[in-house]
Amino acid sequence: MAARIGIFAVVVAVFLSIPAFSSAQDLQIVNAERRIDLSSHIVKAFLTLKVENIGKNPAAEMLLAFSPTQIKNLAMVQALAITGKKKKKTYLPLDVKPTEQPDAPNDTGYYRVTFISPLGPGETVSLEVLYILTHSLEPFPVEITQSESQLVYYHDSAVILSPYHVKQQTTFVKTPSTRVESFTSIEPANRAGKEIKYGPYENRASYSYAPVIIHFENNSPFAVVEELVREIEISHWGSLQITEHYRLTHGGARHKDVFSRVDYQSKRSVSGASSFNALLAVLPPRVNSVYYRDDIGNISTSHLRTGFRKSELEFEPRYPLFGGWRATFIIGYRVPLEDYLFEASDGRRYLNFTFGCPLVETIVNKLTIKVVLPEGSKDPSAVLPFTVNQELQVKYSYLDIVGRTVVVLQKDNVVPTHNVPFQVYYTFKPIYMLAEPFMLVSAFFFVFVASLAYVHIDLNIARK
Amino acid sequence: MAALESPQPAATTTAMRHAFGNVLSVLILVLIGVLAFSIRLFSVIKYESVIHEFDPYFNYRVTQFLSKNGIYEFWNWFDDRTWYPLGRVIGGTVYPGLTLTAGTIWWVLNSLNIPLSVETVCVFTAPVFSAFASWATYLLTKEVKGSGAGLAAAVLLAMVPSYISRSVAGSYDNEAVAIFALIFTFYLYIKTLNTGSLFYATLNALAYFYMVCSWGGYTFIINLIPMHVLLCIVTGRYSPRLYIAYAPLVVLGTLLAALVPVVGFNAVLTSEHFASFLVFIIIHVVALVYYIKGILTPKMFKVAVTLVVSIGMVVCFIVVAILVALVASSPTGGWSGRSLSLLDPTYASKYIPIIASVSEHQPPTWPSYFMDINVLAFLVPAGIIACFSPLSDSSSFVVLYIVMSVYFSGVMVRLMLVLAPAACIMSGIALSQAFDVFTGSIKYQLGGSSNSTDNAEDTNNAPKDDASAGKTDKGEEIVKERSSKKGKKKEREPADKPSVKSKAKKKALVLPLETSIVALLLLIMLGAFYVIHCVWAAAEAYSAPSIVLTSQSRDGLHVFDDFRESYAWLSHNTDVDDKVASWWDYGYQTTAMANRTVIVDNNTWNNTHIATVGTAMSSPEKAAWEIFNSLDVKYVLVVFGGLIGYPSDDINKFLWMVRIGGGVFPHIKEADYLRDGQYRIDSEATPTMLNCLMYKLSYYRFVETDGKGYDRVRRTEIGKKHFKLTHFEEVFTSHHWMVRIYKLKPARNRIRGRAKKLKSKTTSSGWSSKSEKKNPWV
Repeated sequence: MAARIGIFAVVVAVFLSIPAFSSAQDLQIVNAERRIDLSSHIVKAFLTLKVENIGKNPAAEMLLAFSPTQIKNLAMVQALAITGKKKKKTYLPLDVKPTEQPDAPNDTGYYRVTFISPLGPGETVSLEVLYILTHSLEPFPVEITQSESQLVYYHDSAVILSPYHVKQQTTFVKTPSTRVESFTSIEPANRAGKEIKYGPYENRASYSYAPVIIHFENNSPFAVVEELVREIEISHWGSLQITEHYRLTHGGARHKDVFSRVDYQSKRSVSGASSFNALLAVLPPRVNSVYYRDDIGNISTSHLRTGFRKSELEFEPRYPLFGGWRATFIIGYRVPLEDYLFEASDGRRYLNFTFGCPLVETIVNKLTIKVVLPEGSKDPSAVLPFTVNQELQVKYSYLDIVGRTVVVLQKDNVVPTHNVPFQVYYTFKPIYMLAEPFMLVSAFFFVFVASLAYVHIDLNIARK
Repeated sequence: MAALESPQPAATTTAMRHAFGNVLSVLILVLIGVLAFSIRLFSVIKYESVIHEFDPYFNYRVTQFLSKNGIYEFWNWFDDRTWYPLGRVIGGTVYPGLTLTAGTIWWVLNSLNIPLSVETVCVFTAPVFSAFASWATYLLTKEVKGSGAGLAAAVLLAMVPSYISRSVAGSYDNEAVAIFALIFTFYLYIKTLNTGSLFYATLNALAYFYMVCSWGGYTFIINLIPMHVLLCIVTGRYSPRLYIAYAPLVVLGTLLAALVPVVGFNAVLTSEHFASFLVFIIIHVVALVYYIKGILTPKMFKVAVTLVVSIGMVVCFIVVAILVALVASSPTGGWSGRSLSLLDPTYASKYIPIIASVSEHQPPTWPSYFMDINVLAFLVPAGIIACFSPLSDSSSFVVLYIVMSVYFSGVMVRLMLVLAPAACIMSGIALSQAFDVFTGSIKYQLGGSSNSTDNAEDTNNAPKDDASAGKTDKGEEIVKERSSKKGKKKEREPADKPSVKSKAKKKALVLPLETSIVALLLLIMLGAFYVIHCVWAAAEAYSAPSIVLTSQSRDGLHVFDDFRESYAWLSHNTDVDDKVASWWDYGYQTTAMANRTVIVDNNTWNNTHIATVGTAMSSPEKAAWEIFNSLDVKYVLVVFGGLIGYPSDDINKFLWMVRIGGGVFPHIKEADYLRDGQYRIDSEATPTMLNCLMYKLSYYRFVETDGKGYDRVRRTEIGKKHFKLTHFEEVFTSHHWMVRIYKLKPARNRIRGRAKKLKSKTTSSGWSSKSEKKNPWV
């Protein structure tokens, strides 16, 4: 009996799951155009798809497939639906979620894009997909000297990996300079200036794959933050203190042999082409009390420009970073509270702040954001547009007794496109603000009372 | 200050005045503390909150260790990051006072949930303790000449440049707390001497213990106090109070001092402490004599004296003979090198180049006296005269203190620091007395027609709002009138006599009105000049952290942060166990900032080791490589100022490397590096100089910067411009070339076919046997 129920359950499950991938066979991509931008170390790919439902049932969603190496380094996938023609084009963001498929060949990874409205049979829809890859440029040679420039490999497929039949497709790869050592040619493929064009390829079956390797020069700064801890401390006395601990490294080809300062200073154009020395952090407007230091003190090479929209902090690490070199530093600043802390309609307060890393064109391998709520706040909850690891901690700061609740948000593989607002909701009674001043006042009061008492009490045993 | 009780109901108004005066004194003292603290913050404001110089980095590192691992780990700390491969027992070789103080402050703050970093606590320890030091000065001077002089001395000490130079924010060195401990120990000694209270005697021993914990300069205390005791005995001032002030200090103090690991048995074994034991014996003999004198008739006493003197002579002779024999049997005569160079100023330069090489161990010049104590130098004689009228036990002590410290400061510029408090006390007394006389005569002249002398004196007692114009007389009367709550009536006795005398003198010291006013104005001007000088010294001369340099040019402030640049590079881009060789000056900084193992550091305990590094630096490349390689060194760090004109670089220190190296390894001969008795790096330089490692590492590819190789420190073109390095390779040079780091190239590959391999093997072994004399580590 039990076995029968088990079999029945399996049958039902199989039956239920049929629509999910039956739609895979029902969709086809009429036209695909892919533009891969390799100009920095963050690989951005823009995919324009025209999807048609050739099945009989309406399809509510479609799948995007990525090779196992890509899925590992995939930082973000966004999809937009294009509606309207030519000038009246409007873009609507679509829901994109990672998903698993039971019959995935060779560990292919998938993302599921849900259409705004299910795609009826025979209908077509245009999609714009942006996906971002990190750590996908592999330096070769692995070690270079100061005078060499950095060459990297980029591995991909000439045809788009897709669970659907693709009727027509083209791929454009943009390299940062005209210096391309080699690229795998899959006819028709040609190179013009900074662009390599693969295709157009007609009628490729689902899961077609045509590996290509592009070997080219890329001297853009491979600034990788291995670990970034941002601590946002809310003070209801009027400011938000942000402290950011960076562990930065140069993620490109490792530096080998000599570092010669005389070459670096006098022949700047040919020497240390892949190294970088200047970094730019985009900070909020109205930022004040900015500091830039590391474990052993202040670092004097920085420059701050404040503006209405944003502030820019231009700074240099203590020494130029060559491949494989590391540096740690701390950036701290303060912003006025009223720009970031609001009261929700239900009486709760919420902090509205930007996620991600303020450094431009930087990959963060591990990002931890700690929101330190004021002492006495309750029921914290964080709202983010993507999934992160969350946990709660307690931190003791100036004269705390019960400690402050810390909302810890942790995410790996963060790119600048993750710099979107997030919210942390909590409840807080303003009376708690007075606890610490009251403690100080009473401490002083008791000191004076004690000294008063000491002066007036005669502890002598014998009277004079 | 304790509150005041009015002993006589009739004098309620006077008591009110005294109470008001006390409140004012407390307020002034608080302000003095604020002044002492804030004048030392120039370095934080002008630069940043950072640990300064060299030794403070070591103390900072030790404090970090202490706050992280606790006190027991600290006592047992064997540091393997320094003096590779020997290591150093930190817990047993460091004066722990400063570290424990800062560690305790940090611990207290953190247990109150005030999350200050260890670094912040370390930076601000010195300013906080200088506020304490000025309060201790107030107490000491008050015991000597009343609270007016105390306040004046405290103000002077709060901003004396000599002390500022050692206690600006960030100067986290032993002296920062030791000067407070020194003054406070002296205060408690004087207090015990004045009161004869065992309570203060015990406190005195504890304060001495704190001083022993804090600084090697404690030997100054343990020699100065016996000298004073001896002086008192010789001048017939022996009293039971003197005995109580001295005997417990020696017994308890020595026992406590022996508890400090770095002192240990030295507290009874080294010559520095012998004076105190000798005086200890003498004071007992004297006490016995006084006792016997008290119980015997004069005739009997004479007999006893002859008897005791003859026996005593014999005993003393034997003791002295044993002592001399003991002292003579030890090689340095039982005296450490630093102490010997105190007694014989030429000792160090003759025998110990490692002590002589430190600039702060050199004798000072006259301008440095003016720079460091300024107008106090002129006020000190006046203060000494004031101390002689009348001479009491306590004023004779401060006179002795100033005399001794003037001598020691003349030997070693660093001991100017010990002179400064003495000079402040003396000048405070002088200023206070002068103000007393002048304001007194003005008051007498103005109110002389209507008021009697008594009245004039009475108004004299009224508190003045002028801080330094507090009255000596007033102070003494307060001392006199105050019946202490603990019921120490003895306090009255010493104060009685001088007060009567000063009353008598008061009438004689009336000066004409105009003279008094002019003199007052001149004194105020002198004080103003002093204040201006101190603020200038604090702001300009003594606030530079020396790890970051700045220069003012036409296009704004230029910052030279090369040291930290290269330390940060070392700490992030080399392996954590790599060994870095540099001259010992940079040892502490390298371990603290770069967290890398060093061969030698600023704790110059092993001369041979330092000489080895000196030898390597002055050897040709190949030999230097051999030495460094045998020490497991991976990186060599040199400091080079030739590009930007930074004068204290390694080339300028090179003569000490040669001298110290040559002192141990005779094949390094100073004459080989000298041309006409001078170290030269220009075309006149000797070939040995041009081929030594230091020259090569400093000037490698230097010529390519300007085409000529012009050294801005030596103001000359370098002698050998184009050369290659064969055994070292440049791995890092800081932005202004101030720090250059080289890596030892790996030993050359010997696999070039079998025959050659064998051949090279034999030659290399032959070489090493030949070089055995040169290199102690192979």
